[in-house]
Amino acid sequence: MGTIWVHAETQDGQVSSITLELLAKARELGDVVAVHAGNDAEAAAAELGAHGASRVLSAGDLDGGLVGPALASAMAGVVDSEAPSAILFGTTYGGRDVAGRLSVKLDAPVITNVVDLIDDGGLVGVEPVFGGTTNVRTRFTSDKPGIFLVRPKSFTAESIDGGPAEVSEIPIPDLGNSGAAKITSQFVEESDGPKLDEAAIVVSGGRGLGEAEKFHLVEDLAAKLGGAAGASRAIVDAGWVPYSYQVGQTGKVVKPDVYIAAGISGATQHMVGMKGSKTIIAINKDPEAPIFSIADLGIIGDVHKVLPALLEALEG
Amino acid sequence: MKVAVCVKQIPDPADPGELDIETKTLKRDVKLILDESDSYGVEMALQLVGEDGEVVLVSMVPNNERNGLNNALAMGADSAVLVSDDALAGTDALGTAKVLAAAIRRIEPDLVLAATESSDGYTGTVPEQIAELLELPSVTFAKEVSIADGSVSVKRQTEEGYDEVSCPLPALVSVTAGVVEPRYPSFKGIMAAKSKPVEELTISDLGIDSSQVGWSGGGQEIVSIEPAPEREAGEVIEDEGDGHERIIAFLEELKVI
Ligand SMILES: Cc1cc2nc3c(=O)[nH]c(=O)nc-3n(C[C@H](O)[C@H](O)[C@H](O)COP(=O)(O)OP(=O)(O)OC[C@H]3O[C@@H](n4cnc5c(N)ncnc54)[C@H](O)[C@@H]3O)c2cc1C
Ligand SMILES: Cc1cc2nc3c(=O)[nH]c(=O)nc-3n(C[C@H](O)[C@H](O)[C@H](O)COP(=O)(O)OP(=O)(O)OC[C@H]3O[C@@H](n4cnc5c(N)ncnc54)[C@H](O)[C@@H]3O)c2cc1C
Repeated sequence: MGTIWVHAETQDGQVSSITLELLAKARELGDVVAVHAGNDAEAAAAELGAHGASRVLSAGDLDGGLVGPALASAMAGVVDSEAPSAILFGTTYGGRDVAGRLSVKLDAPVITNVVDLIDDGGLVGVEPVFGGTTNVRTRFTSDKPGIFLVRPKSFTAESIDGGPAEVSEIPIPDLGNSGAAKITSQFVEESDGPKLDEAAIVVSGGRGLGEAEKFHLVEDLAAKLGGAAGASRAIVDAGWVPYSYQVGQTGKVVKPDVYIAAGISGATQHMVGMKGSKTIIAINKDPEAPIFSIADLGIIGDVHKVLPALLEALEG
Repeated sequence: MKVAVCVKQIPDPADPGELDIETKTLKRDVKLILDESDSYGVEMALQLVGEDGEVVLVSMVPNNERNGLNNALAMGADSAVLVSDDALAGTDALGTAKVLAAAIRRIEPDLVLAATESSDGYTGTVPEQIAELLELPSVTFAKEVSIADGSVSVKRQTEEGYDEVSCPLPALVSVTAGVVEPRYPSFKGIMAAKSKPVEELTISDLGIDSSQVGWSGGGQEIVSIEPAPEREAGEVIEDEGDGHERIIAFLEELKVI
């Protein structure tokens, strides 16, 4: 179906996992061109190529500016000559900004929260609604390029050992007032162990832990199993753990081999972020908790007994 | 200092209703409430303007609903602009942004606040679309906001942590849940809300043609609505002091330990 643009997000030449996921899907659909902002296009070209991009269109360094207005303007400037049929973004902090700005520039809508793309003559986006109980399939009716915002973990990244992508520069037009926001400093929150959305094992805690001081049970178990710790929104909003721990509709989507939910009820907005896990273990004292309806192993019990016993047994 | 706050009125998320298969829009016969996500924007605006500033709410609905607006007015906002028009049913995010941008243009605010995403549609694109339509700089995903010397400073959530971003006013900022603690309306606030000005506009008042909004204005169509495949429940057992052993046996079976 012609050319597919993929928004390539990189950090010091390293391509993000959502970008690699999008590339894997895009190369099934057509010729893949990565669209990028930052000063590391050359460094990322080998990895982007290995995953199926033939070219990289890079807007280059943003000089402290935010990616949204800059990359959207650069993309809009070459959209006619490059004529992509679809433009794929990951649902990330930057991806959403670029997609929103670009949508206005092209006067074209965005299909959001997509978890699958189907080539049906035109491209159809599959969007789960109501906590993932219902799937809506949407397509574009105009002949403008279709802009899609895709949820992380929707596709599986895989290298096809392609040669390095050829990098060319796309100019950023004068942004006027729209480009006036500048990053003055950046902070990285250090954490040990694997990242939440990349870990093979995730242990998440919810309000059932009773108090913030008990979250260490979840962290200790995650560490013991070589996994990452996550949380429900209830305890993020309560300030027990930072937002970066949140799993669900408004947090991270995780698909680990094993997901352990401790003291989490299983609200639809939580489940939409974790029900793609290979296996799910739930510990909850309420036999009626909805989380049990999707758990492969459910333990009706008190987290304050089960978790310490588990930690002790793993110690030995 | 004048702050415009976008507030969406939505069906109660605890009882979200359903999609109408015929019209392919959300069935909205239920009473709409203030989206909790927007209560953070309202609170933020009230804190930023202090004593002598002004907070103006902006909301778009197809059906004259004011319940959620009244709630935000009772929190302390000064006035509201309500764009209400039958033609707005089924409007997509870009159409919504066009309507809201046109309404905001009339208000001429120093700062526009919105939530990063609504609780019912959660496309998360409307704020950035509004900013582009108004040719404003913007900072999305704000977890801390302060204003000094004609510019706004924001701690912006990132994948790795946060960025500190500085931006001259006028600007648009979208805030995450939890940035501030939204106040509960006082009895006095609820009474005062009743006499606060609410300007009601149609899309033609804003110079917007009905072909740009509603389902047909969107340039996208729903092909099908179907139940998602369900996940089967497995074994559920009562912990009798052996729960942890069952988990360990299960993890060993999976070769995780
Ligand atoms: C628009 C919107 C977006 C949302 N996004 C998210 C999201 O991204 N992620 C998210 O998680 N939520 C999200 N939510 C919130 C969600 O609806 C729930 O409120 C939240 O997930 C509940 O968290 P919880 O399970 O920790 O708490 P609760 O629902 O209070 O559940 C606590 C559970 O712990 C159990 N329990 C209590 N004591 C013990 C004990 N001693 N031992 C064992 N079990 C015990 C209880 O039986 C109960 O099931 C969202 C909501 C809305 C409206
Ligand atoms: C299940 C579902 C899926 C949808 N999928 C899509 C899709 O893929 N693409 C698409 O274009 N549309 C989609 N829509 C329609 C979209 O949700 C509506 O257009 C809606 O009017 C605006 O989008 P949002 O609520 O998603 O905005 P978001 O961008 O999530 O909202 C962010 C913030 O903008 C402000 N805001 C948004 N709407 C209003 C309003 N009416 N009044 C005042 N402030 C507001 C609020 O501060 C809000 O918190 C979907 C709707 C539903 C119910």
